[in-house]
Amino acid sequence: MNFSLAADAGRAGFEAAGGIVQTGAWALVAIPLLGSAILLLGGRRTDRWGHWLGVLASWASFAWGALLFVDLLGLEPEKRARTLHLFSWVPAGDFQVDAGLLLDPLSVAFVLLVTFVGSLIHVYSVAYMEHDPDRRRFFAYLNFFVASMLLLVLADSYLLLFVGWEGVGLASYLLIGFWNHNPAFATAAKKAFIVNRVGDLGLSVSIMAMFAAFGAVDFATVLPNAGKAGEGVLTFIGLALLVGACGKSAQFPLQSWLGDAMAGPTPVSALIHAATMVTAGVYLVVRSGPIFEGAPNAQLAVVIVGGITLMFGAVVGCAKDDIKKALAASTMSQIGYMMLAAGLGPVGYVFAIFHLMTHGFFKAGMFLGAGSVMHGMDDSVDMRRFGSLSGAMKITWLTFAAGWLAILGVPPFSGFWSKDGIIETAFATGEGWRPWVFGGTALVGAGLTAFYMSRLFFMTFHGHKRWPAEAEPHESPALMTWPMIILAVGSVGLGAVLGLGGRFQHWLEPVTGTGEEHAPVVPATVLIVATLVLVACGVALAWRQYWSAPVPETAPTGSLVTRAARRDLYQDDVNEAVFMLPGQYLTRSLVFVDNKGVDGAVRGLAAVVGGLGGRMRRWQTGLVRSYAASILAGVVVVVLGVLAVRI
Amino acid sequence: MSLPWLTTIGLLPLLGAVAVWLLPKTDVRAVRWVALGASLVTLAMTVAMVTQFDVARAGEYQFAETHSWIPQLGASYALGVDGIALVMVALSTILVPVCILAAWREVVEGRAATFYGLILVLETFMIGVFAARDVFLFYVLFEAMLIPVYFLIGRYGGAQRRYAAVKFLLYSLLGGLVMLVAVIALYFEGPGGASGFLTQNLTGLRFGSDVTERLLFLGFFFAFAVKAPMWPVHTWLPDAAAEAPSGVAVLLVGVLDKVGTFGMITLCLPLFPGASKWATPVVLALALVSVLYGALLAIGQSDLKRLIAYTSVSHFGFIVIGIFAMTSYGQSGSALYMVNHGFSTAALFLVAGMLAARRGSTRIDDYGGLQRSTPLLAGSFLLAGLSSLALPGMSSFVSEFLVLVGTFTKYPAVAVLATVGMVLAALYILVTYQKMFTGPVKEYASGWKDLSVREVWVVAPLIAVIIALGVYPKPVLDVLNPAVERTMQQVSSTDPAPTVAGVTPAGEGTKP
Repeated sequence: MNFSLAADAGRAGFEAAGGIVQTGAWALVAIPLLGSAILLLGGRRTDRWGHWLGVLASWASFAWGALLFVDLLGLEPEKRARTLHLFSWVPAGDFQVDAGLLLDPLSVAFVLLVTFVGSLIHVYSVAYMEHDPDRRRFFAYLNFFVASMLLLVLADSYLLLFVGWEGVGLASYLLIGFWNHNPAFATAAKKAFIVNRVGDLGLSVSIMAMFAAFGAVDFATVLPNAGKAGEGVLTFIGLALLVGACGKSAQFPLQSWLGDAMAGPTPVSALIHAATMVTAGVYLVVRSGPIFEGAPNAQLAVVIVGGITLMFGAVVGCAKDDIKKALAASTMSQIGYMMLAAGLGPVGYVFAIFHLMTHGFFKAGMFLGAGSVMHGMDDSVDMRRFGSLSGAMKITWLTFAAGWLAILGVPPFSGFWSKDGIIETAFATGEGWRPWVFGGTALVGAGLTAFYMSRLFFMTFHGHKRWPAEAEPHESPALMTWPMIILAVGSVGLGAVLGLGGRFQHWLEPVTGTGEEHAPVVPATVLIVATLVLVACGVALAWRQYWSAPVPETAPTGSLVTRAARRDLYQDDVNEAVFMLPGQYLTRSLVFVDNKGVDGAVRGLAAVVGGLGGRMRRWQTGLVRSYAASILAGVVVVVLGVLAVRI
Repeated sequence: MSLPWLTTIGLLPLLGAVAVWLLPKTDVRAVRWVALGASLVTLAMTVAMVTQFDVARAGEYQFAETHSWIPQLGASYALGVDGIALVMVALSTILVPVCILAAWREVVEGRAATFYGLILVLETFMIGVFAARDVFLFYVLFEAMLIPVYFLIGRYGGAQRRYAAVKFLLYSLLGGLVMLVAVIALYFEGPGGASGFLTQNLTGLRFGSDVTERLLFLGFFFAFAVKAPMWPVHTWLPDAAAEAPSGVAVLLVGVLDKVGTFGMITLCLPLFPGASKWATPVVLALALVSVLYGALLAIGQSDLKRLIAYTSVSHFGFIVIGIFAMTSYGQSGSALYMVNHGFSTAALFLVAGMLAARRGSTRIDDYGGLQRSTPLLAGSFLLAGLSSLALPGMSSFVSEFLVLVGTFTKYPAVAVLATVGMVLAALYILVTYQKMFTGPVKEYASGWKDLSVREVWVVAPLIAVIIALGVYPKPVLDVLNPAVERTMQQVSSTDPAPTVAGVTPAGEGTKP
């Protein structure tokens, strides 16, 4: 019955997991969790080999994920959604939530991305964190992150997803603040957690609303039945989900934490704040497809949020001189692309996830490249003091170039396949002004991306040397370069591998359903050419300004827009003025009122009742028998009261 | 005849107290070990009792003992525990040994015997008040609890201890006296006679008028609201908790205050169902104010123990909301919340005590950079704090979410506003963590020892329980659910059905 219901939307029904690879899938989460526990509880004793244990745990998860992938590949497409019931988690009256996993093409795609890129970054970190006294703790957190992220994508209910959701938030908090002896880093960590909590508020409200509407919060009940709910309910749930997605994925207006999150060690930025965790919001929206499909207004909100963030990130990215912050702005912008696509219905879902996969490779690769540059440049992040590093760090330069071409969307690099799909879908979805505005945004965004990424690439690797006198740039060790090389291979080829013949689309169809494909309002070939022309313009502009012309070592004052972009378009100023200052004022006045007003009033009353100050003083000096007496008196009153009536 | 479990468990700490007082005052070592031993034996007996508890009948009162006590008054010595009372008794008996262990070095020689004796006496009263099945007995124990706490704060507390102790006593006595009037009046509404105070004889009464029922409800509710404590009668708690030694603060906030919410769910609702429904809108509003007000006040505190006290005002707000939303899962959530809050607050207060023992201060600004110098201490505080902010995976998340979802299905606006408390919780915990534990290492902390073995034994069991109940709360929920179902029937309240019609639940085929 279930199956026929779901099949109406072109989606696979849910079936019970079978076979050891599927029924043992809990090990995917358990292995890195155990690794993390051993490293944290084992303490200093595990310092010597702890990092290798962390690496091993991550690869073990990848191995199981790969088996799972092969296993699902061997099944008929419509039988690829498997639920694995684990145990009864929260049984309370009508509210029954079981812990269980959902193994389907979408979750397995994430498993492969998270464990593969995650494992590479584990390897990279062995060398990157070599001289850190707390390297073991770092690996414990990394393992914890992998476990939480896998729980997030594998959970079979929104409530269990929420566990992974806040778990990755905690990992992110711990890792951003890994060097929390630096007060600014500690503040950045706290900010990330709290802004995320605001988003989590949305997610938890959506779960409550789901329960009120459907009497359940598991995917297998909620999603196939979503069509039966009214549009109002679905819009409410959808918008609440979107708030959650905005927090985790740093989408407007909850984007302010991501730039500061670069305080974390660079492998963390690569793994958590580029490739995986920040894309969880996109996962949430795509996973909740049936809800959004019944709520066009919520869908529109997703597209608008994505569009705004796409431009926001791109503009900020043009002005940043800190290589990591520029990459962070780019991440925000790219996730904006994914979010925009996720609001476009089933065809958009595919490209959203497709771009998420390719972005996971090329952005992680570039972050690791940035880490490698920092490694060779005494942890400097100021691109105005880089320049012409291509000769000194050949592997870093080449792998970074692969990522750069990929994000630009130059064919046949990875990003071309996924980003072009998004632009085309945006031009093909909706009526009237929508395809023009949303498609246009995506198109202009591609040009801006080309400019700021080329700026970053040229300022770092080309143009004139602007190194400080003491700098001795050198290539990083093999443990760091090999992960970069492998990710670069992905940046080059993954798009074609997944995109040719619509392979990835067919893989995801059992989850996303098949949407009607419309022709874009502008012919596809025209769009490709237009995109490439804009990209070429962006690159040329960046070349003129940051390669052929000398780059000043201190940033010029710049125009009003530049200054605004440097300050992240005043996001922090707005948050401070609208939330922080009034909040602080409210808190302070409440503390005052509580001490003077509420307490004072009750105290005054108490003094009267208690028989004025004299008696209070006597009690204070320790005539404690009077308390016993007063309680005794209470009992006596009961006795007398009852006796009096009896007589 | 079977063993009178509850009387035995209740008397064990009292015997321990007598033994402690009989020991030579100078032998602090023996005093400590006897006190710890007595509390551990009590715990062991409780564990044994729990294994005998019939979960399938958790809605009924088990291990019942009924003896005539003062027949002239209608008072009986009647004990018995349903699921809710059982977990509260278990919570008390688990926390007492932890607190005794935590206070190991805090109490100076010569005064130790009284200190531990009072704690054990308090344990007897706590067990009694949760197990009482007679309203009169409940009242007597409810008031009797004040005595040991008064002395524990007034004699062993901080600089302002006398003020705090008197304030605590005055508030509690005021609440108690109001309740006393209601207790007496209730008797006359009931069947009367030699066992007229038995709770079972007072449940399901037909009151003379709605006004009578409402006044009686208010009498009880006021006392419980002071105890819980709810806004605006919460102001005694920050003083009491800040001045009390941390072990006592744990018992005060973690267990004693729960008598308030325990009373609401096991007395107010069953005895006065009509009035409870009548009062619901106002109670929900006050509780919502407590949630937000407590959290905002916590953010504004400069003293760690006062901060923890205010977080509890916020958490108690959640518990009350869940009780009065009157859905089965909301009430199960509240009952579970009482347990979870006991553990997470205990962990916070005890870590605060460990910090104070090292630094001699509980002012937040006196600390900084401790993550580097004492990582275990910092980790313990962070874990306890994460539990307080209801991080999923920890026990408090399960209960807080149940409360919220249980409220949402009936009062969506209240639930949505209460979730703001989740964001504020992140603020008060993480801002505090940042101030105390991050930043550059401070000089004063260079010679500090990280957690000692004893301290690990204090904190580790709490954190283990917090995580275990977060991952697998089913055993506790299974015990609570039937008791909650019974309460729901007594107030003739039902859960709202899903608003979307014709939802097909996930196929049976998906579950093995």
